Amino acid sequence: MSGLGTVYKKEVRENLRDRRSLFNSVLLGPILFPILFIGLAYFAGSKQQEQVEKTLEVPVVGAQHAPNLVSFLEQQGVVIQSAPMDPETSVKTQEVQVIIRIPEKFSEQWKNGKPAVIEVIADPSRRESDIPMRRVRGLLNAYGAQIGQLRLQLRGVSPAIQSPIMIKDVDLSTPQSRGMLVMIMLPYVLMITAFTGGMHLAIDSTAGEKERKSLEPLLINPVPRWQIMLGKMAATATYAFASLVLTLVAFRFAFPLLPTGALGVDLNLSANAIGGILLAVGPVVILAAAMLTTLAALAKSLREAQSYMGLVFMIPMIPSLIFMVNPMKPETWMMAIPMFSQNLLIGEFVRGESVSLLWLALSMGSTLLIGFVFVAIAATLFNQPKIVFSN
Amino acid sequence: MIKVSNLHKSFGKVKAVRGISFEVRDGEITGLLGPNGAGKTTTLRMLYSLLPPDEGEIRIDGLNPTKDAMAIKHTLGVVPDSRGLYTRMSARENIAYYGELHAMSRNDIKTSIEELVTTLDMADFIDRRTEGFSQGQRVKVAIARAMVHKPQTVMLDEPSNGLDVMSTRALRRYILDLKRAGHSVILSTHIMQEVAALCDRIVIIAKGRIAADGTAEELLRRSGSETLEDAFVRLIGSEEGLLA
Repeated sequence: MSGLGTVYKKEVRENLRDRRSLFNSVLLGPILFPILFIGLAYFAGSKQQEQVEKTLEVPVVGAQHAPNLVSFLEQQGVVIQSAPMDPETSVKTQEVQVIIRIPEKFSEQWKNGKPAVIEVIADPSRRESDIPMRRVRGLLNAYGAQIGQLRLQLRGVSPAIQSPIMIKDVDLSTPQSRGMLVMIMLPYVLMITAFTGGMHLAIDSTAGEKERKSLEPLLINPVPRWQIMLGKMAATATYAFASLVLTLVAFRFAFPLLPTGALGVDLNLSANAIGGILLAVGPVVILAAAMLTTLAALAKSLREAQSYMGLVFMIPMIPSLIFMVNPMKPETWMMAIPMFSQNLLIGEFVRGESVSLLWLALSMGSTLLIGFVFVAIAATLFNQPKIVFSN
Repeated sequence: MIKVSNLHKSFGKVKAVRGISFEVRDGEITGLLGPNGAGKTTTLRMLYSLLPPDEGEIRIDGLNPTKDAMAIKHTLGVVPDSRGLYTRMSARENIAYYGELHAMSRNDIKTSIEELVTTLDMADFIDRRTEGFSQGQRVKVAIARAMVHKPQTVMLDEPSNGLDVMSTRALRRYILDLKRAGHSVILSTHIMQEVAALCDRIVIIAKGRIAADGTAEELLRRSGSETLEDAFVRLIGSEEGLLA
């Protein structure tokens, strides 16, 4: 086994001197991802806050038909603007986001005690219209409710009669579970890191060694080939794991910098959560190292190996994307699916839940099993004479 | 002592080696001479157990490269056709890596490298990273890492490829020193002057077969030629692929 250790030490040390390798493991995951995260959160948060707090400016068509309503809106701080010539077009071109139109029949319907129609013109498919539209509807509903109550009281009826039921929200989410952005993105980032962290080393130490013609002399040494292969794989896994640890630590320091007021969430990664995540994602690091080494051994040249790596990026992405589009309640059987189970487990750890040992064991076991299959494939590839022949 | 009998090796439809037999004796330099593509490299690769032969038998000091690969590799020093170095490591680190792979102690590696630095004249560049080394420097490092564990049998595949005159002369002197120290040396080449200057015995390979085998005088006598060059051409049957 000393051969394995020798290969391992040499690969780790040699790649520390390689700027591209360090860029992949140290810079990408641990530095760029958290910065991207904070940036996005700030942008989203401040944009939302701006729209909620900004003075609402709404053009009103036919204001003369409902002077009381208009003055109610003005009391609520809405700036009433004169209506454009063609309201529909100006909403379509997004000159304005929301327009209120009060039809001529309004005062007649109002006087007869019938529901008086008010039109809110907006394009809800435009995401930036969403908040102004909801604010306008909220104000109009409030006005309607106020008038309704007054009418009932005039007729000597308790306003409570029109509320046969009352919905009371009992909020069970912990503050952490509301950080949706983080909940969705963090598993994805961590899974990608498990792959990218050791990617350069895997390619360089296998396909690169082949291309530089140093693999043949290496294999003439009295060390079984599976040990040489495992040494390289272990070095790949070490880089990926180090990258993962650095990324988690970076996020631990990055989370307090997130604009919690804007997201309404207070997130933090406890040391326990980091430990749990490392335990859950550790097997993915081994699986990733085995897959990368297999692909690099299959490739005849560096260039060919690099072209396979685009595919490798897809592997951790698919389960994360499925989870992103269709959030699921974790169940025991899901823990047997490598890559997918880690997405669920990372979510549980970040939410601060206690994770069942069965789940963790199932997830780790199934992932390691697939990992060992790839280890066996890589060992077989290394034992074939053609491993040393590049083009 | 190497004994090879009736060796065969094919790659798909290409028959690279078809029935090669020869002997390499201790304390002698044996040259495998032949044009490019004659099967020299394939034969050597089977000797240092990189490729398993399809047919035939190899014994190196009584060991079989297919079955006793690890034991044989401890006794072999090989400078193969591929001699890539690790460019982010110094020459010393490159050589020490191979020493560690041979499970040598740190002290043994250190003394062995010091000896090699003297014999191969590497003092100027031993602690420099191998990035940008000249061909001559690279070959020296490749030889040093192959010799760091002091092997009895030495195999060199086209060792003077790409070397200038000075480096070639130094290399030849080193190979003769190895013979004087009692190593058995086998080298492949397509350069006739190299075998003439170095080899005790010459094995001429053409198209995967042995064309002739013996000392220089024996080859001259057998072919009835005046010079080695004429002898080679006559024995191989063509001038194709040989360098004067």
